[in-house]
Amino acid sequence: MKGSFLGLCNFVLGKVEGFSRAHTLLLLVAVVLCALSVVTSQHKARKLFIELQKEKEFAQQMEVEWGQLRLEQSTWATPARVEMIAGKQLQMQLPKNGQVQFIRANPEGATQQQ
Amino acid sequence: MNYAASANPEFTAKLPGWRATVLFGMLLIGMTGLFGRGVYLQGINHDFLQKKGDARYSRVIEVSAHRGMLSDRNGEPLAVSTPVESVWASPPDVEADRRQIKKLAQILGMDTEELKSRLFDTSRDFVYLKRQLPPDQVEKVVGLNVPGVSLLREYRRYYPSGEETAQTLGFTGQDDNGQEGMELALQEFLAGKPGSQRVIKDNRGFIVEDAGSLHPSKPGSDIVLSLDLNIQHLAYREVESAVRQHHAKAGAVVVLDAHTGEVLALANYPGYNPNNHGNISSKLMRNRAIADLFEPGSTMKPFTVATAIETGKVGPNTLINTEHGVFTVNNRKIHDAHPDAILTVGQVIQKSSNVGAAKIALLLKSQTLWQGLSDSGFGSQTGSNFPGEASGKLRDPKTWRPIEQATMAYGHGISVNLLQLARAYTIFANDGELKPISLLKLNAPVTGKKVFSDHTVRALRNMMEMVVLPGGTAPLAQVAGYRVAGKTGTAHKLEDGHYVNHYIASFVGFAPVSDPRLVVAVMIDDPSGDEYYGGEVAAPVFSKVVGAALHQLNVPNDAPLNNVIAPPAEIVREEV
Repeated sequence: MKGSFLGLCNFVLGKVEGFSRAHTLLLLVAVVLCALSVVTSQHKARKLFIELQKEKEFAQQMEVEWGQLRLEQSTWATPARVEMIAGKQLQMQLPKNGQVQFIRANPEGATQQQ
Repeated sequence: MNYAASANPEFTAKLPGWRATVLFGMLLIGMTGLFGRGVYLQGINHDFLQKKGDARYSRVIEVSAHRGMLSDRNGEPLAVSTPVESVWASPPDVEADRRQIKKLAQILGMDTEELKSRLFDTSRDFVYLKRQLPPDQVEKVVGLNVPGVSLLREYRRYYPSGEETAQTLGFTGQDDNGQEGMELALQEFLAGKPGSQRVIKDNRGFIVEDAGSLHPSKPGSDIVLSLDLNIQHLAYREVESAVRQHHAKAGAVVVLDAHTGEVLALANYPGYNPNNHGNISSKLMRNRAIADLFEPGSTMKPFTVATAIETGKVGPNTLINTEHGVFTVNNRKIHDAHPDAILTVGQVIQKSSNVGAAKIALLLKSQTLWQGLSDSGFGSQTGSNFPGEASGKLRDPKTWRPIEQATMAYGHGISVNLLQLARAYTIFANDGELKPISLLKLNAPVTGKKVFSDHTVRALRNMMEMVVLPGGTAPLAQVAGYRVAGKTGTAHKLEDGHYVNHYIASFVGFAPVSDPRLVVAVMIDDPSGDEYYGGEVAAPVFSKVVGAALHQLNVPNDAPLNNVIAPPAEIVREEV
């Protein structure tokens, strides 16, 4: 079987000047190795791709959760709710006129702060 | 080596020659058949088979793209899309017993019979059972595991600030498309473009290879609006309490950044909850500050006076004969609530004299007055790009009769929306520059159009500051610690072309006067308590919103804290 295959190789390559049997064999081994490595790297690539896909999905899920958390946070922190809790539960009140002091480091800084 | 022959020589001898020929022929036919089949499969039918083969492992999957977020100028989220699951069924595949159906109906909160009719409606391949479920219900549906009932991921929009921003932001429909307000105006930018991608899946359903994207998906852009959620809240809170206190139909407040023309707050009351807008009347959905026109009344007077001062016809201290409060033009009488004999131009504004304003207007050519009002932005769009914006009416000056010119001077026979009115006051807050309105946050201030000279604007600012002092129409607009200026307006409402005894009370002003930061316009529709004057109903709203907003923005005081002078028992009222 191997002989007939080599014969076929010889038939194909034999016409090329200077190709001995050893050369042919070497090339054959190289081809087989390449073929195998293609298969393995394809397999590796797929494995990595699956991993990437999972990570992507995870990232998307995290993003969704982030959005939901922001939504939740801003719902709890609406000015209306904060104001109600501050006033009713915590008995806080706005500073009256005169209780607020505006501090101006320099005229430039003050305008920038605004 | 003929084994056969050696085993049975007689048999060999009997073999006739034609059998070999037949065998050869049959093999040949077989081979031709195989070859033909090969050509058929590989050549002629190749595409079809390739497709079938691909279908075993190659799939086109949809890549969803979510709608962009709207946030206020400080990054607080105003409208956020988040995925929710919808339950759908494929009736031909449904296999469910009565118990399961009953349970499913319970989870979905549906009538069992209705659910049944939907589940077994075999004329359709796809039927929604319930859209946009809360996550806990979704888990229960998954747990039930009914064949033919599946989940579909959809996006739902949430508005954390609720009714405070309802009419301004608008809302989206079931398919996450903008239907009202900014959601509609910005649809093009907010909407994501779902894409599709060809992938190869293995037998366990995992995607193992990306075989190329057919249409890349494009998520919607996040957009930062000019609104400030804190100021929006202040505006909504105050307009709500004023509408309740005065038993009014509705109210609206606009707060503009005086330097840039950005809208910091745009509040309407009554509102609705945009998170659940199922059966809200379109009346409630309308943004009154932009979509509704009204006759502004006396808030127009500063523009008449500014045009007159600009053309040199009068100065701030020119005396106007106000005829003891009654003045007849074209057989129609114009009244003042305060029968003064003579007022200065400044006092005409301060006391809101109709006769004075009419007389000043009649000093001008109709074309000149029209130009002054038109340059101030009346009768044209504000540039907000808000859907359904009403631009108001400013009639052709050639058709004006003197009485019309006179009434126009104090804001009758002209219609405006509140945003337009607020925008026009940026002229006085900004040394004569009319700023375009923006509902989006601006990175750099835009230059507006210079309408009036610095000299004119300074004069008007002084007059409008007098309005809020005792002797003016709006002492209730004063703010402790800040100098404010503005103008009241009270106008009869028009119903079917006739004036009726219902009013629109308004106040438009700006603060602090030394370096205006905010322009605030307040409109209260049909206050039906004892008070209905702009100075009584709208001015206090202005005062509260401005005071709180200036604190919020850390604007330093430009007046001593004891600057508020208690108004006399009877404040100066304007004739309407």
